[in-house]
Amino acid sequence: MTRLAALLMCSVLAAPALAQELRATGDLGVIVERATGSVLIVDQSERAAIGRVEGLGDLSHASLVFSPDERFAYLFGRDGGLSKIDILTQQVVGRVIQSGNSIGGAISDDGKLIAVANYEPGGVKIFDADTLEELAHIEADGKALGLEDAAGRKFVFSVWDTNETKIVDFSGAEPVVTTLSDIGANPYDALVTDDGRTYIAGLFGEDGLSAIDLWAEVPEVKRILPHYGRGQEEMPVYKMPHLEGWAKAGDQIVLPAVHHHEVLWVDARTLEETGRTAVHSQPVFAMARPGGRHVWVNFAHPENDTIQVIDTMTHEVIGEMVPGPAVLHMEFTSRGTEAWVSVRDENKVVIYDTTTLEPIGEIEVQSPSGIFFTARAHRLGL
Amino acid sequence: MPERLAMTALIAALLALPGAAETISPEKADELRHLLYQDCGSCHGLTRKGGLGSPLTPEAMEGRDRDGLVEIILDGLPGTAMPPWRPLMSEAEAYWIADYLLKDTVQ
Repeated sequence: MTRLAALLMCSVLAAPALAQELRATGDLGVIVERATGSVLIVDQSERAAIGRVEGLGDLSHASLVFSPDERFAYLFGRDGGLSKIDILTQQVVGRVIQSGNSIGGAISDDGKLIAVANYEPGGVKIFDADTLEELAHIEADGKALGLEDAAGRKFVFSVWDTNETKIVDFSGAEPVVTTLSDIGANPYDALVTDDGRTYIAGLFGEDGLSAIDLWAEVPEVKRILPHYGRGQEEMPVYKMPHLEGWAKAGDQIVLPAVHHHEVLWVDARTLEETGRTAVHSQPVFAMARPGGRHVWVNFAHPENDTIQVIDTMTHEVIGEMVPGPAVLHMEFTSRGTEAWVSVRDENKVVIYDTTTLEPIGEIEVQSPSGIFFTARAHRLGL
Repeated sequence: MPERLAMTALIAALLALPGAAETISPEKADELRHLLYQDCGSCHGLTRKGGLGSPLTPEAMEGRDRDGLVEIILDGLPGTAMPPWRPLMSEAEAYWIADYLLKDTVQ
């Protein structure tokens, strides 16, 4: 090899995605490596990792959102770090430490604003998506969580300590905040349905959940499933359930119960209960595959090596797999043909065929938690 | 009778440290360290700076009572998200965790 060729080779290796190797991002994804402060960039079609980005801080409970062009990932670290990652060049192109302790974020429907929910100091900060310049700080008297985007440059979040939900409307020059009080004791997480209409907050401190119709002229809190746990013994919760924008399954919404080993079903319009399914343990995620035909459920410590698959028409468990110790998250490919599953304590992501429920691939990942595919860029509430 | 003396001393030590009555093997210690880091970390953070749960950093542990910590670990804190771990661990294991948190304070 000539010296020139060697030099060229070096420069190619050093810059993994030069402009001449055109590539699209629609089948890429980002996997959080929670213990090493890094993320892995993956290619869904190749079922392989294509790069790693490091130096991202404390990524326990980290999550991310994508820019509308699916090129940038905005990563929300536990330590208050907000990182903007170019997934093509695999580089951090912006990073701010915006608080001492944070718990996830959202991107506005127009892709211009990034919001981050913070525990310490409590509240939500809103940033310019291009520059990461801070534009607003919506203060709260407690831990902000359940932060979701809603149509019309709005964000909605709840406050664990004060039992409030706040709707932040940033369609004008300054954010306008509407506070709904007494939504129920200790909201722990929330979701917005993919039509952007219904915000549902899970309650840790009492039975039932709270729903808000975001299409209403004057949004109000409505208690739903108020009796779901009543009279039953409460089970300890070793990991908080997560509510997410994958909850809509056809005309139903599927929700993990808290303190009870059940998945709950409600009618998406009336918000009345349509059924319950007894499951393996305390559910963490109950995620409808795209199209809504099945729901996949994973579980809290210590029974977290298992996944169950539920038929949304019959509400019956139709499959059970044991991917390995500490299954933390699942992500479907955009049309639901595959599900990628994080197995933290075996340092791998296992890929399942969602029709046969058989594993069809595996990727080595360090302590994987959240898996995020770029198709999320085009959905409300993710 | 040095042997009897040693035995008496040992018994006294065991009585003073109820958690030490059952020894924790190195393998079990690894498991507990992993649990503390990863699963307690869900709420308390991997760096133990807190989240939904309180911080468990050396500063936060300063002056905390060992038995009080064990009680919280085993029985939880009603009205908060801290669950009782008694169904999943022995008293000795809870003492090991409390000691680990307190020892980190000294270092």
